[in-house]
Amino acid sequence: MNGGSALVRRGAAVSVALLLVVLVAWQWGPSLLGIPTFIIPPLSSVFDEFLRMLAVSGLMTHTGVTAAEVIAGFLIGSLLGAFFGYLLGMSPTAEFALSPYILALQIAPKVAFAPLFILWMGFTVYPKILVAVLIVFFPVMVNVLTAIRTVDPDLINLARAFTATRAQIFWKIEFPASLPPLFAGLRIASTLAVVGVVVGELVGGNLGLGYLLAFGEGQANTAMVFVAILMLTVVGGIAYLAVILVEQRVLHYLPRRALTGV
Amino acid sequence: MSDQVRLEYRNVSMRFAAASGKALTAVEGVSFAIRDGEVVSLIGPSGCGKSTLLNIGSGLYAPSAGDAFVDGERVHGPNAHVAFMLQKDLLLPWRTVLENVMFGVEIQRLALPERKRRALALLENFNLAEFGGHYPHQLSGGMRQRVALARTLAVDPSVLLLDEPFSAVDAQTRMVLQRELAQTLKRAGKTALLITHDLLEAVTMSDRVLVMSRRPGRIIDEIRVELPQRDDPIARRQVPRVHDYMARLMDRLDIAGQHAAGVSV
Repeated sequence: MNGGSALVRRGAAVSVALLLVVLVAWQWGPSLLGIPTFIIPPLSSVFDEFLRMLAVSGLMTHTGVTAAEVIAGFLIGSLLGAFFGYLLGMSPTAEFALSPYILALQIAPKVAFAPLFILWMGFTVYPKILVAVLIVFFPVMVNVLTAIRTVDPDLINLARAFTATRAQIFWKIEFPASLPPLFAGLRIASTLAVVGVVVGELVGGNLGLGYLLAFGEGQANTAMVFVAILMLTVVGGIAYLAVILVEQRVLHYLPRRALTGV
Repeated sequence: MSDQVRLEYRNVSMRFAAASGKALTAVEGVSFAIRDGEVVSLIGPSGCGKSTLLNIGSGLYAPSAGDAFVDGERVHGPNAHVAFMLQKDLLLPWRTVLENVMFGVEIQRLALPERKRRALALLENFNLAEFGGHYPHQLSGGMRQRVALARTLAVDPSVLLLDEPFSAVDAQTRMVLQRELAQTLKRAGKTALLITHDLLEAVTMSDRVLVMSRRPGRIIDEIRVELPQRDDPIARRQVPRVHDYMARLMDRLDIAGQHAAGVSV
């Protein structure tokens, strides 16, 4: 354990040093290299823009709207994905019948649906949530489906030999066995939800960080675009972290090492 | 040990559809009976249908012809009279050792206090009491196999079906586990069918050894092991007569001949 904590301390020190180097390079690098501020605004002007947007552009409102859409899209998409994953996993007939359509939908670039959803639902939050739902659905569904498919048949036979019912086999074997892959899918889903929401906001509407991105671009306000990107990263990061925290509680029985991989 | 028959196969045959579309006969016309408290080993070449017989006995497969009987009842599906244990421990990684031992009795919907009482007694019995709260990945292979045995015994089956239960553990651990199993079977007066590749294991653990032919598997010999101390395979190993039984088994399985012909076993 001592070796482990030394590694953590050294790693953290290097990480912080790296961050400082990047920040310093960001602040003074562009001007040294003669890059104009409308291409890469220095750190200090991005920070000034951040404060200005907090004060007059309603940055927190936009961030809040985007975060709410991300949460809604993530939850609905994950629930649907898990539900269909379990359903198809337990019914080979359903999987056989539906798999060509699911494959087609999975190959279609989900973000391309954004303009369509806006045509259908107008400049509301719903098309943004819907794009996120669509994009989140697949990794969760595929992971759950694969997990159900790959449960050791001997485990199922063991339960059957103990006279288990179909429901008992699901709740005592298949469901818990599917949780590690489910969480792997949820990690991916948490970052994809942000992508879906941003694309929706870029396409239409006047709320959210995606709107600020488009607005900043229109104004040639590079600093504003940077601020929006940073805030989106924060939203995505918090979503990802939330999944990891839940995962560590639910999958506490796994050896430590298996959980730390990001 | 009484004369009551616990497990019986009557003229059991099993055919599967092979990949080529032809029917593949795994076992053919197998009949034998195991009396109460008897331990019988089943040996034979790989693929001779030993595990198929076990699956038929536990009600997981329905035989193509013939019937299996447990406690005089025809087996027509999984039932609480039989419990099986495989080479793989099949412990559930999300359950603690105690919860794993309770798995079978939980499925059979025993009341929680009784479940717990049985599981704790078995853990005590197998010197695992202090590991009840551990997860399977924290245990050694031998300990995991003991937990699997405890889980099998927790449902208090009349017949144990054991499919190479110790072939995945190292030789020394195997001897210890064999003795623990032998003592447990003796003490509880349990009836068991033990499938094994290990001729010495068959001779030292059993009252009788049944020899199967290559596919389609038939019973080609039955050897009564007339040695003392069935509850102590380690002591039995040292009885010189063990080698006579081993020689007869090797002869029946034509092991020397197979090597000469370059056939892999």
